[in-house]
Amino acid sequence: MAYILNTDDDVALMLRRIGAGSIDELFAAAPESVRLKRLLDVPPALGELELTSHVTAIAARNVGADSRVCFLGGGAYDHFIPAVVDQLAGRGEFYTAYTPYQPEASQGTLQAIFEYQTLVARLTGLDVSNASLYDGGSAVAEAALMARGVTGRSGRIVVAGSAHPESIQVLKTYLANLETEIVVVPQRDGAVEVSEVAGAIDSRTAAVIVQQPNFFGVIEDVSAIVAAARKAGAIAVVSFDPISLGLLRRPGDYGADVAVAEGQCLGNPLAYGGPYLGMMACRESYVRKMPGRIVGQTVDHHGKRCWVLTLQTREQHIRREKATSNICTNQGLLALRASIYLATLGPRGLARVAELSTRKAHYAAERLASVPGLSLAFDRPFFKEFVVRCSVDATSVLAEVGRRGFHGGVALKRFFPEMEDSILIAVTEKRTRDEIDALAVAYDESIRAVRS
Amino acid sequence: MNDKAPRLLFEKSRPGRGTDVIPRSDVPDRPLDSLLPASELASNLVPLPELGELDVVRHYTRLSQLNMAIDSHFYPLGSCTMKYNPKRNERLASLPGLASVHPYQDESTLQGILELLYDLQGILGEIAGLDAVSLQPAAGAQGELAALLTAAAYFRDRGEKRTKVLIPDSAHGTNPASAHLAGFDAVTIKSDSRGLVDMADFMSKHDDQTAVFMITNPNTVGRFDPQVVEIARALHDRGSLLYLDGANMNAILGVVRPGDMGVDLMHYNPHKTFSGPHGGGGPGAGPIAVRASLAPYLPAPIVVKRSDGVFALDYDRPKSIGRTRSFFGNVGVLVRAYCYIRAQGPEGLRRIAEHAVLNANYLLALIKEEYPVPFGDRCMHEFVASARGLARDRGIRAFDIAKGLIDRGFHPPTVYFPLIVSEALMIEPTECESRETLEEFARALLEIAAEDPEKLHEAPVTTPVCRPDEVAAARSPILIHPEASRAGIER
Repeated sequence: MAYILNTDDDVALMLRRIGAGSIDELFAAAPESVRLKRLLDVPPALGELELTSHVTAIAARNVGADSRVCFLGGGAYDHFIPAVVDQLAGRGEFYTAYTPYQPEASQGTLQAIFEYQTLVARLTGLDVSNASLYDGGSAVAEAALMARGVTGRSGRIVVAGSAHPESIQVLKTYLANLETEIVVVPQRDGAVEVSEVAGAIDSRTAAVIVQQPNFFGVIEDVSAIVAAARKAGAIAVVSFDPISLGLLRRPGDYGADVAVAEGQCLGNPLAYGGPYLGMMACRESYVRKMPGRIVGQTVDHHGKRCWVLTLQTREQHIRREKATSNICTNQGLLALRASIYLATLGPRGLARVAELSTRKAHYAAERLASVPGLSLAFDRPFFKEFVVRCSVDATSVLAEVGRRGFHGGVALKRFFPEMEDSILIAVTEKRTRDEIDALAVAYDESIRAVRS
Repeated sequence: MNDKAPRLLFEKSRPGRGTDVIPRSDVPDRPLDSLLPASELASNLVPLPELGELDVVRHYTRLSQLNMAIDSHFYPLGSCTMKYNPKRNERLASLPGLASVHPYQDESTLQGILELLYDLQGILGEIAGLDAVSLQPAAGAQGELAALLTAAAYFRDRGEKRTKVLIPDSAHGTNPASAHLAGFDAVTIKSDSRGLVDMADFMSKHDDQTAVFMITNPNTVGRFDPQVVEIARALHDRGSLLYLDGANMNAILGVVRPGDMGVDLMHYNPHKTFSGPHGGGGPGAGPIAVRASLAPYLPAPIVVKRSDGVFALDYDRPKSIGRTRSFFGNVGVLVRAYCYIRAQGPEGLRRIAEHAVLNANYLLALIKEEYPVPFGDRCMHEFVASARGLARDRGIRAFDIAKGLIDRGFHPPTVYFPLIVSEALMIEPTECESRETLEEFARALLEIAAEDPEKLHEAPVTTPVCRPDEVAAARSPILIHPEASRAGIER
């Protein structure tokens, strides 16, 4: 009787009060013809001890970042998660509550979201933030939808081909039936040309989307792209890496209108891709077109400061098909973790994470570039991620590197068939000099092994 | 609940305070502007609050204490299925072999998680009575969108251009919002006097332009609509599809399979039905299940088992609608759903539906004299009572009842939804609650019905705040702390 408290006596008494002869009778509204006449064909029940053994055995068949040194990135990163994040966000009062519809019963969640919104606004240098979206990819799509609403233009969305390929795929999926042309400006040698982006913008363009640092880790000339977008009356959307803002200029500092991000890196586990955190900040004037939950400050009956869900007339439960988005939930628990992470690190901690990641990435790039058979793919500035080209088959080399105890990088062939010799390598503050040196040795040995 | 309102993080900040989380650099020090273009470097630090670790711990511990939650309170929020979130699932989902897996690892290092997800696809297909499953969507609403895009791709591939999606007026707001986003016109179908689909209205609006009918069954007033069979037949006769909003699957687990009632495609809310923690508003997940004819259009990738027994991701799906999100899906939520289902087994799954329906009917029986239930005195997993009479006769509105319940230690039900019931109280007790809890809750409701209305208008009095001014909040929005410094902090 997993998780059910009613005893047989309870059931008998309850049925009597209801006036039903059996539980089955309560399902009378469902016609016999559609009732399942057998038990579901699912595996038998496991008690807690058996379930623990079963799932532990499954987990043991994965080889994660806990057992191989992880140099994988591409939007999900092995940054350090301070213990306070797990301990505090793991409190049942947070994770077993729901959307704060009843403000008096939810001031904890509401204040935490209001603080999250403030943290994101300060992080991005923009005016306002929502309570979060699903993930980085759908945040890009939601930004495009919002730009259509703000500008009244729906003809075209221009996106840098150096943005995360999955973000571009999500954008295309979301807008597939909305008669908006999506123009992907090709990346050339790991970045987009400003002139090519500017050339793609027309008078029907609602948004120009660029990622900084881009999918290859490269620093784009984002100020010029933002300027080109704004000059044409389009919304400039920047997809950013939250960690990078410990060092790099904030989207608001260089004139971006909307900033979106994958917030996994802010204290959220890798967890094979989700749940993650979609972040979105923008100019105050767009707020009534913004998707998702938003918390606002107000006063209560006695004049006391407090927080509520607000601007709900944008949302689907009020506006139905006229809503700014179909989104119903935020990623409350992940946003909470991001807030605790940022509060724990503070301005100096975030700067150190960014600084260590970039220093170590540059050290790694230098070490790997000296390995025979490896070379840096692009002569461009990068943040914590870079691309190497491999003179022998990249997939085989990565398999060899794996056998030596490393998740050595992401083969880019899966996203760009023409980049079959390229590997994307990410380095966070967690990686030590020894691990980086050992990675270089592993690549050296692996390339020799594949050659021979 | 303690009465003292906590200050904001930003008000607790003190210049120079911090933590020691991040180590010193162990690689050669070089000037940063030799690594990165000087023009892109920020001149100042981001203006985040400066706090010590104990500051952070006290702050969030205190905030948590201001919440009602399942772990501490009965939480019968209708349509949200606020059931117990088993602690074992939290521990298992946090195992390093699951929590530390990077989405771009080589498949040979992912055989455990891929097998789990493959098995979950199969289990969700069996529970649905449908053929193929995509685990990708991030939430129920995204599942709706993914399924409607799947349907649109199916019709396009058949050379048909269908423009309409039919949606009952009792449906969740996400249904019409998703239909609109998927490029369809959302057409509202009225409910009849029983709270079921008005068949005449349906028949008059169903035509060859109809792509999909989105049904919630049991619906949001907690009734199973037996007309579903007839609706499905009528739809299929004209080539239209029947979609099920799976928000209420808790009521029919193992009793009725959507596919057997004629459903062609549906989404699940595993955070409801399969007990993923709601996290103060997410994360959820929104897997979708479809008939074989729709399978080619599902989002990619899907987990497959190759003939050699190896699990792999199948991206080679040329007719797929593409991706609705980055990476595989909300795997953490899916792992918890898997754990929950495995703890239940076939008998346990059916028992969930039975006790969810039993508990709802018992609670309904206890309160129906004071709180009439417009759509009959039997229900499925939830029911919608109306405070219309109390509002008219005594000035006690659904809103007041909600606040009075908070003072009595209960999280309120959903109020003012669905829109087709005035002064609606939508109550979903779930299978997890005991008879005693239901009786205490019923007593509280009856006490409120007899309460001095003036007193109730002052409720709640036991919480740190009372009746926030929501109108003022929306009129002049304050969405971030106005005194949090915008200026950066000097490096």
